[in-house]
Amino acid sequence: MTGKEPTSPAVTARDSVQIDAAGLTTQQLNDLLRRAVADGIKKIELRNVCGQRYIGTDLGQPVEIDIYGTPGNDLGSFMDGPRIRVHGNAQDGCGNTMNHGEIVVYGHAGDITGLSARDGKIFVRDYVGYRAAIHMKEYQERKPALVIGGTAQDFLGEYMAGGTVIVLGMELKPGEKHRARFIGTGMHGGAIYLRGEVEKYQLGKEVGVKELDDNDRAALGSLVGEFARHFSYEAEALLQGKFIKLVPLYLRPYGRLYAYG
Amino acid sequence: MKTYLPNRFIVERDPARCIQCEVCVNQCSFDVNYRDADEDEVRSREENCVGCHRCVLFCPTRALNIRRTPLDYRENANWRPEIIEDIIRQAESGGILLTGMGTDKAHPIYWDRLVLNASQVTNPSIDPLREPMELRTYLGRKPDSLTVEPGSLALKTKLAPQVAIEVPILFSALSYGAVSINVHKSLARAATEMGTLFNTGEGGLHRKLYKYGANTICQVASGRFGVHPDYLNVGRILEIKIGQGAKPGIGGHLPGEKVSAEVAATRMIPKGTDALSPAPQHDIYSIEDLAQLISALKEATNYTKPVSVKIAAVHNAAAIASGIARAGADIIALDGIRGATGAAPKIIRDNVGIPIELAIAAVDTRLRQEGIRNQVSLIAAGGIRNSGDVIKAIALGADAVYIGTAALVALGCTVCQQCHTGKCAWGICTSDLRLTKRINPDIGAQRLVNLLRGWSLEIKEMLGGMGVNALESLRGNRLHLRGVGLTDTELEILGVKMAGA
Repeated sequence: MTGKEPTSPAVTARDSVQIDAAGLTTQQLNDLLRRAVADGIKKIELRNVCGQRYIGTDLGQPVEIDIYGTPGNDLGSFMDGPRIRVHGNAQDGCGNTMNHGEIVVYGHAGDITGLSARDGKIFVRDYVGYRAAIHMKEYQERKPALVIGGTAQDFLGEYMAGGTVIVLGMELKPGEKHRARFIGTGMHGGAIYLRGEVEKYQLGKEVGVKELDDNDRAALGSLVGEFARHFSYEAEALLQGKFIKLVPLYLRPYGRLYAYG
Repeated sequence: MKTYLPNRFIVERDPARCIQCEVCVNQCSFDVNYRDADEDEVRSREENCVGCHRCVLFCPTRALNIRRTPLDYRENANWRPEIIEDIIRQAESGGILLTGMGTDKAHPIYWDRLVLNASQVTNPSIDPLREPMELRTYLGRKPDSLTVEPGSLALKTKLAPQVAIEVPILFSALSYGAVSINVHKSLARAATEMGTLFNTGEGGLHRKLYKYGANTICQVASGRFGVHPDYLNVGRILEIKIGQGAKPGIGGHLPGEKVSAEVAATRMIPKGTDALSPAPQHDIYSIEDLAQLISALKEATNYTKPVSVKIAAVHNAAAIASGIARAGADIIALDGIRGATGAAPKIIRDNVGIPIELAIAAVDTRLRQEGIRNQVSLIAAGGIRNSGDVIKAIALGADAVYIGTAALVALGCTVCQQCHTGKCAWGICTSDLRLTKRINPDIGAQRLVNLLRGWSLEIKEMLGGMGVNALESLRGNRLHLRGVGLTDTELEILGVKMAGA
């Protein structure tokens, strides 16, 4: 794909630029972003984004990026610091192997949202696709979080090794159950907080269900509070209703798989 | 449960030589040699012996010998001792049989059925002792054509990133966690001294080794352990690991026992937890998805590094390689069925994949037919044992080779296949601090440098003998090879003529 010749970003204020992404290739757009950040820009507004991938990947600064339109796959992959707001929907691989930063999606996100993320936060107002938070992990003070306003599809938290996932189930009608199956299959770390009903068969065989304790409620309150502020909800209302906590039953789910001969 | 497994080895101790010094007791990490307190005598629990020969080689009086003790079952070509004992082991454990290193089964070794050419009369051979011989190899995507500035002849074509290596031999992926930090250090120092590269494997790179970044291939695998922007930027080449020859199609489970504090810090996972690598990378279900991760890595490093994709050599390797080249990879690493591992299910190690020789030939042929061979460099891995194998791999179509087992043998490995136990008495495949200090990185690096130096000299001798003064001229030049004892089909796939033809 060859794009149009990129035009210079319009400087909208000191430290801020607006970039028209219409017709730009992924590489052209990310090049403009790299240069803007190198020039000391702290706030970037991207207009007319349409499928460009890897936005925010190689910036390594706590720069703020507002995206209007539809960013492509791997938004914020390997990202280390930026704060991204998507005024639209995110596609697959949002926050893939993210190291640090924040992604707020004013819409829904696709499959493998937060795959292998090690730190940072992802807030999705609506729903996410399959295998969200797969192999999310944590290390010392680095704890990633994924908060989903709606629901998730199958294999949520598969192979999860750390971090926190919250699913608020806001789009569920009264009495309607979550539809995801194989939730937490192979999970061996971290926690998933789920508001709304799930049947036992929907859970992976490596997860157990727990009641929330005070620490859980504090963690939940803090992240749901942030979620509510981003999307102008009442945190109190979101925290009502029954939450369950899904935790790994075993730290070593496959420890008994092998014969050491 | 009483075990029906017989001892595998006999420990012979010559009482006339043994001075009861307990070196063997201290050296054995498998709990074989011990001092019997009642008798005040050093003895051996032979049932634990794995045949690694550490005690034999460290006994100051050479009082020890380890011999195989095959139980004399009744002769049977079908129910061989190994097969009987594997069944016993599973009947007593109910698990997947784990093992280490590459397959020990007698798959055909095509290297041994390929012979090289030499100049006689009609063209002169070259004496590498007196004439320059070029082994330098550039890894990376080559353009379809070059344009130069008419007057100055300056290059106008923008080249993709290229990495020069001075010997066509790289150290294969060995993850920190599977092997010790001292092994990584030895490999890194040797690679730096010899102008080649070592590969981190999928366990990240210890911060202390970042200074060797210019000689490092940083691997990105399904677990994404220790993968962050600093890691991606420090290496010279990035490698996406799709599969490995010892266990195509499956992931890996590094047991929590091996995840020490330092391993945990490098992999960035809590200490003592299992490091589980899923079988697929869940952002790659297709060639298009692979293209996406290749581009993501290039974006993450601002297009400064070649991206390699490593696959196990499997039935459709040629078609897959074509897809990988078209997905934008700069290098394809092919790992054959004899490739080794720190731990793999034995049944997979011994039965899945194809020999590397056939895979190199098939991939090189396919990429040439499609006119895209220049778009990727090809690194061959899995069972390269000496410089003869290296030069044959290059003549078949590889740009360079990875060595793993050969490098470990240089460090002391005796291929006892106990890597998965984490008890390696040679201090190689373990994270037990008492054992890891057995590898001194200064000595380790020296042994590896010596090995590469020896092989380089041999390669130059063989090249000179063929009348070739640059490795580049041999690459994919299968007329320099002939087959012996091969079928027509094998010769056809290898693209070589029968010896005598």
